Amino acid sequence: MATTEHVVAHQFDDAEQQHEASTLGMWLFLVTEILFFGGLFLLYVAYRVTYPEAFVDGSHHLDLRLGTINTVILIGSSLTMALGVHAAQVGRQRALVGFLLLTIVLGSAFLVIKGFEYAAKFEHGLVPGPGFALTGPLGPQVELFFCIYFAMTALHAIHMVIGVGVLAVIAMMASRGAFGPAYFTPVELMGLYWHFVDVVWIFLFPLLYLIGGR
Amino acid sequence: MSQHIVPVRVYVTIFAALMVLTALTVYVATLEHGALSTPIALAIAITKAMLVILYFMHVRYSSGLTQISIATGVLFLLVMIAITMADIVSRGWLGTPGS
Amino acid sequence: MDTQVTNEHDRQEHYLNVDYGIRSWLLTRDHKRIALLYLGSITFMFFLGGIFALVIRLELLTPAGDIVGADTYNKLFTMHGVIMIFFFLIPSIPAVLGNFLVPLMIGARDLAFPRINLASWYIYSLGALFGLWAVFTGGVDTGWTFYAPYSTTASYTKVVPTIVGAFLVGFSSIFTGLNFIVTIHRMRAPGLTWFRLPLFIWAHYATSVIIILGTPVIAITLGLVAVERVFRIGIFDPALGGDPILFQHLFWFYSHPAVYIMILPSMGIISEVITCFSRKRIFGYSFIAVSSLAIALLGFLVWGHHMFVSGQSVYAALIFSVLSFAVAIPSAVKVFNWTATLYKGSISFEAPMVYALGFIGLFTIGGLTGLFLAALGLDVHVHDTYFVVAHFHYIMVGGAIMGYLAGIHFWWPKITGRLYPETLARIAALIVFLGFNLTFFPQFVLGYLGMPRRYYVYPPEFQVLNVMSTAGATILGVGYLLPMLYLTWSLRWGARAGANPWRATGLEWQTPSPPPTYNFATTPLVTEEPYAYPLREAREY
Repeated sequence: MATTEHVVAHQFDDAEQQHEASTLGMWLFLVTEILFFGGLFLLYVAYRVTYPEAFVDGSHHLDLRLGTINTVILIGSSLTMALGVHAAQVGRQRALVGFLLLTIVLGSAFLVIKGFEYAAKFEHGLVPGPGFALTGPLGPQVELFFCIYFAMTALHAIHMVIGVGVLAVIAMMASRGAFGPAYFTPVELMGLYWHFVDVVWIFLFPLLYLIGGR
Repeated sequence: MSQHIVPVRVYVTIFAALMVLTALTVYVATLEHGALSTPIALAIAITKAMLVILYFMHVRYSSGLTQISIATGVLFLLVMIAITMADIVSRGWLGTPGS
Repeated sequence: MDTQVTNEHDRQEHYLNVDYGIRSWLLTRDHKRIALLYLGSITFMFFLGGIFALVIRLELLTPAGDIVGADTYNKLFTMHGVIMIFFFLIPSIPAVLGNFLVPLMIGARDLAFPRINLASWYIYSLGALFGLWAVFTGGVDTGWTFYAPYSTTASYTKVVPTIVGAFLVGFSSIFTGLNFIVTIHRMRAPGLTWFRLPLFIWAHYATSVIIILGTPVIAITLGLVAVERVFRIGIFDPALGGDPILFQHLFWFYSHPAVYIMILPSMGIISEVITCFSRKRIFGYSFIAVSSLAIALLGFLVWGHHMFVSGQSVYAALIFSVLSFAVAIPSAVKVFNWTATLYKGSISFEAPMVYALGFIGLFTIGGLTGLFLAALGLDVHVHDTYFVVAHFHYIMVGGAIMGYLAGIHFWWPKITGRLYPETLARIAALIVFLGFNLTFFPQFVLGYLGMPRRYYVYPPEFQVLNVMSTAGATILGVGYLLPMLYLTWSLRWGARAGANPWRATGLEWQTPSPPPTYNFATTPLVTEEPYAYPLREAREY
């Protein structure tokens, strides 16, 4: 069991103050993330209220099965992340590394499945832009739905990619015994970020995939 | 470090609840066709998000400052959406000035 | 530092002489050095933006378009706006004076996250490079507001690099704001309770809240414009049923509160300066403190007053109009409290005080004309005229920059350990005040008479007022160059400043000038209310 003594940075009085400052900082960052995604949620609400039929129509072009599987995977990865933080808190070194790796695997699985979904959209010409395939009276507005769909899911996926990258670094540090009950702030902050990305998906899933009765 | 340690049992229970709610929201979506479907889906999503935030993210055990920060962020998001929608919904009530 | 004189000051180690060389600056984590890095960057951007303003004023000297054509003129006012707002005003006071003073004023050794602080400067610089790239490869002509669909589909100028620049600068200010909030919450010296904090700190706290809540929205909005341009999709495109007014909502949700990002820190400075040079405890401390937060919160509810003629619903416009009037209340609370502080004070007119008194007058004019614009019926008349231009310059230049200059002068001895030449500085302050009024007061009249903004030609009957404005701009230019010169001069030849040349209160004055790297030899203990100047609040009337 590794419990590396961590040096308190010069600007702080003690480890307690340093830990409180770090978690508050992370939470404030997540507040900015709420409003960052919030702009897209506003667009979603505005356009859905204006064009309800087009949104139902667009939603029916999404793959509900893959969306549901991804929801399960992502919530599962949140569980493994939470268990990872727990392992760090109680000083179970091997379990910590294991849970972090499992989180990386699940996060990557989510991204791969998302990639298949995107590929299908490209195949069916459902990507907004000059080559959008759907015509007819609702065509342009369904294109608007897909603009929103891609903007929201792509921004979410970018956050996932960044999260997986940082997780890899933290897993590496953990395998070298950098964290233990006395110091696990990076693992904890990583957890907050990861759960936040999960929460965003918890809203994206019903708003994009589950409208208008399937 | 004085840190609240949530037992593993709680995490697993929350995960199970999240799975049940996911199944529920998909199942309800296949049934509902009325005006209630969106509020139900949102209610389930909010419940799930609250579970993640309160337990996985330890907010239930966090300082009041953290809780206020999150609430402020959500509040201002709702303000932004509500006021903008007030414009979009009421735009047709009276002709656009000048047209 | 100075090598000619070797007295006690020079042997004392402080943040400037602790080590030398470019690396010790570029890799520093000292908030004071990062503040100076910011000072250099934003000063450069300020003068660049100023050059565009001077060309604009030169073009408007005559009714015809003699110097530049319509397209170039569009680029000039766009780049003036983009540079001044995103690259100068928003970072100006928080990133320079806030960075330098927040830890000093609360008795901390540094900000909570020194590395993030340094990163914010690098992100700012990267953003500024994108901005400069756009400027020097042809410029951008959308106006600083980037309104869709012109910015997304019609403009053939460098919209995307400009947006990337503004986006990055947004992130750098988020880092700064986040740092301030955590530092103010978690790192105050023992005994320094919330209602013992200097009002400068309250102002920066409120500003940081706005930055945290508003900036991410502009980031995503500008990001969408860039995505829409690059991938030729149509998020705001009316052809698909998209709503350009929605862009305006998103844009102003940040950009109206951004006005308070620019003015609130300035108000914080004024509170410090007024009370110091009146030798008197500030009047209504807690009202000024809370009014900063009130401005921050109310400021988020009024953005639609920029959109009265955009085609938004009249019902929404009505609500926005009423709420806009409400912002006047906390603003007026501040103005009245400052003037009440002056009452029966022992006033002296050092340069920071001259700037601060100028601020009060100019901000009042700017604020009151804001009420004209908040009135729905009146705004339809003067919208997009020079009345609006004059109004926001009274707030941004007459308010924010006057406050910034007051602060730079007030804390210059603390930052550099040197005094600036006082007489010259007072003259410069008066030149700025006169030049400013000559530049922008005629614009109120021009706008009232109906001269629209953003035009490079105008009917001949507007010429007299335009000539006055241009003459004022040259005076203003001189007024800005003077501090630049004598402050640089004072670095070498200025008289030594002691720890507390103004006999001011506040923790930052209790440590030597310039302060040591970790600010205080021992963490100070605070036992009294702020602004314990000899004269108390006037009780007898």
